[in-house]
Amino acid sequence: MSAEALAIDVQGLNKFFGDKHVVADLSLQVRRGEIFGFLGPNGSGKTTSIRMMCGLLTPDSGSGRCLGYDILRESDAIKHQVGYMTQRFSYWEDLTIRENLDFVARLYEMPNRRAAVDEALERLGLTSRAQQLTGALSGGWKQRLALAACMLHRPQLLLLDEPTAGVDPTARRDFWEELHDLAAQGISVLVSTHYMDEAERCHKLAYMAYGQLLVQGTAAEVVAAQRLTTWAVHGEHLGELSQRLREAPGVEQTVVFGSVLHVTGADAATLEASVRRIAGGAGLHVETVPTSLEDVFIHLMSRATDNYQDRP
Amino acid sequence: MKAWLANFRGFSAARWWGVVLKEFLQLRRDRVTFAMIVGIPIVQLALFGFAINTDPRHLPTAVISAEQSEFSRSLVAALRNSRYFAITEELPDEAAGREALAEGRVQFVLSIPPDFSKRLLRGEKPAVLLEADATDPTATGMALGAAEQIAGAVARKDLRGPLAALVPGEPPFEIRVHRLYNPEGVTQYNIIPGLMGVILTMTLVMMTGLAMTRERERGTMENLLATPVRPLEVISGKIVPYIAIGLVQSTIILLAARFVFGVPFFGSIVAIYVAALLFIAANLTVGITLSSLAINQLQAMQMAIFYFMPNMLLSGFMFPFAGMPTWAQWLASALPLTHFNRLIRGIILKGNGWVELWPNIWPILVFTVIVMAVAVRFYRRTLD
Ligand SMILES: Nc1ncnc2c1ncn2[C@@H]1O[C@H](COP(=O)(O)OP(=O)(O)O)[C@@H](O)[C@H]1O
Ligand SMILES: [Mg+2]
Repeated sequence: MSAEALAIDVQGLNKFFGDKHVVADLSLQVRRGEIFGFLGPNGSGKTTSIRMMCGLLTPDSGSGRCLGYDILRESDAIKHQVGYMTQRFSYWEDLTIRENLDFVARLYEMPNRRAAVDEALERLGLTSRAQQLTGALSGGWKQRLALAACMLHRPQLLLLDEPTAGVDPTARRDFWEELHDLAAQGISVLVSTHYMDEAERCHKLAYMAYGQLLVQGTAAEVVAAQRLTTWAVHGEHLGELSQRLREAPGVEQTVVFGSVLHVTGADAATLEASVRRIAGGAGLHVETVPTSLEDVFIHLMSRATDNYQDRP
Repeated sequence: MKAWLANFRGFSAARWWGVVLKEFLQLRRDRVTFAMIVGIPIVQLALFGFAINTDPRHLPTAVISAEQSEFSRSLVAALRNSRYFAITEELPDEAAGREALAEGRVQFVLSIPPDFSKRLLRGEKPAVLLEADATDPTATGMALGAAEQIAGAVARKDLRGPLAALVPGEPPFEIRVHRLYNPEGVTQYNIIPGLMGVILTMTLVMMTGLAMTRERERGTMENLLATPVRPLEVISGKIVPYIAIGLVQSTIILLAARFVFGVPFFGSIVAIYVAALLFIAANLTVGITLSSLAINQLQAMQMAIFYFMPNMLLSGFMFPFAGMPTWAQWLASALPLTHFNRLIRGIILKGNGWVELWPNIWPILVFTVIVMAVAVRFYRRTLD
């Protein structure tokens, strides 16, 4: 694959805070026009990784390119073409909405600043509230403002750190539609999230835990790579059953979704025997179902914890 | 050096102007800072201008007079006329005098012994005792100096004819004293111009000290760092509004000096403002440097106070420069306030011109350039 086709291409990135290895040997490729989902529990190193890619943190070792520019030596050039949305709202709360956008436009030396700001306000539907102080906005509006501001200079690559945390479902859906529109125009997006539905809407995914990238690929590839079998048990009062199943041979994890219990394991035959004996024996309806992304992530997470604790 | 010079390459006036505008907007909405800009000069002027006097007059004095004679009456009258002493009580004996001093009721106790005039006339050189509460040397120093002169003058006036021989010998030559620039020795003429530098140092270093740490604490620094804006643009852009603040404060102080305290202005207003601008620039670079070094606003505040103390104490504002040991004078010479105090007093009270001012201008220039270089060097371009 030519370097031109890659928006992000980093190899062996490492970052330590004190003696804590926060990002370990991160290698990751994002193609142009691709929406790349970045998943992992809190504290797994997602934010740190994103900051290294846009030059806000210096990696302790490793190398990489962003939009063809070296992340260590050409961070100035990267900053012109990357839109970075921070995890925590980081625009100026004592400026109005318009003033914030105007300031950002000036920092990127945009030629027709006023028009760009007006257009962004219009798209946000905030034209009438443009003179309001940003600090007075609700969480969802702040999020939308932040997205508008980081896209104001029409970047080639968007780095979005949990952009939809705490945003209502309708706004999230609108947001993802916009992301797909942008991707269709050739803009690349790296987005970190905790939502499964969002993960499923990404072209590619990566899952990170304790600084290690555990798996990456399309949703189907990620699921297939784990070679898991999942059984669904239908019934009421699944809590106690779940307890008993978890101790049975072949069962690696159980997750309750309302009146359905997902039982997952790597050893298909042993798992089936256990499920049939315990759940079937109780007279409940059981069936095999495709393993979902969520099952896979929970599986990855528990494995990562074990590995982490086993490390000396 | 090369890396350092790289800071100046690619400077964008548009981005710089963006930073300037943003700072002005934020400042306009910050009520507390606004109150500080006007409030600090006024409070300081009131305290130092009206309340503090290093040449205090009318100090409470008790008299223990064991004899009533023409001589003792004329001595007491002369002390009173000097305006340094206010005779507040007559006490019966030495014990009562000590008590008054210990309680702090009086600053001085004058004891005239019995038979004073008789012994004086016999040529025995009797002594009058003036006891002073000298815990605070500033409070008593001037008055005591005056007391000795008064004694001599009284002697010359009252002892005439055959007694003239008792007058202490006149020195063979005369010292004529001309008090230049401030003939009446008005404390305010010295303090009010000096206050200008103190107020500018205090407010500007503190306010700019918070400028960068505030961005860091609120998380907006991450956003700023992710944009193409460069360190020099941020640093110099953040400084500009405070230059305006400094000039406003200077004007408040100058107006008060002229119209409230009646300080005479001998020098040129242009020279005053040029010196003020230079000094403002020096303080702002200090503030921005502290801001780049400090982790949070509290630390920036502590650093600002740490910088402020030696400036206040060593610059010649509170204590005379000439009275300090050599090492302290060296230290003081490195501080911009020392030079600014000389500049501003030189311009206002002496009417100094550029030639006399230059020796105190270049040190401030050198200081500013060095500190600015440090600020740009320590501006963190990443979050590490
Ligand atoms: N500036 C920092 N100094 C020290 N530790 C940090 C710093 N930033 C992040 N960390 C630590 O690094 C780990 C990874 O953090 P982060 O990248 O924010 O994870 P995520 O975004 O996946 O939640 C966390 O344990 C966090 O405490
Ligand atoms: Mg994070």
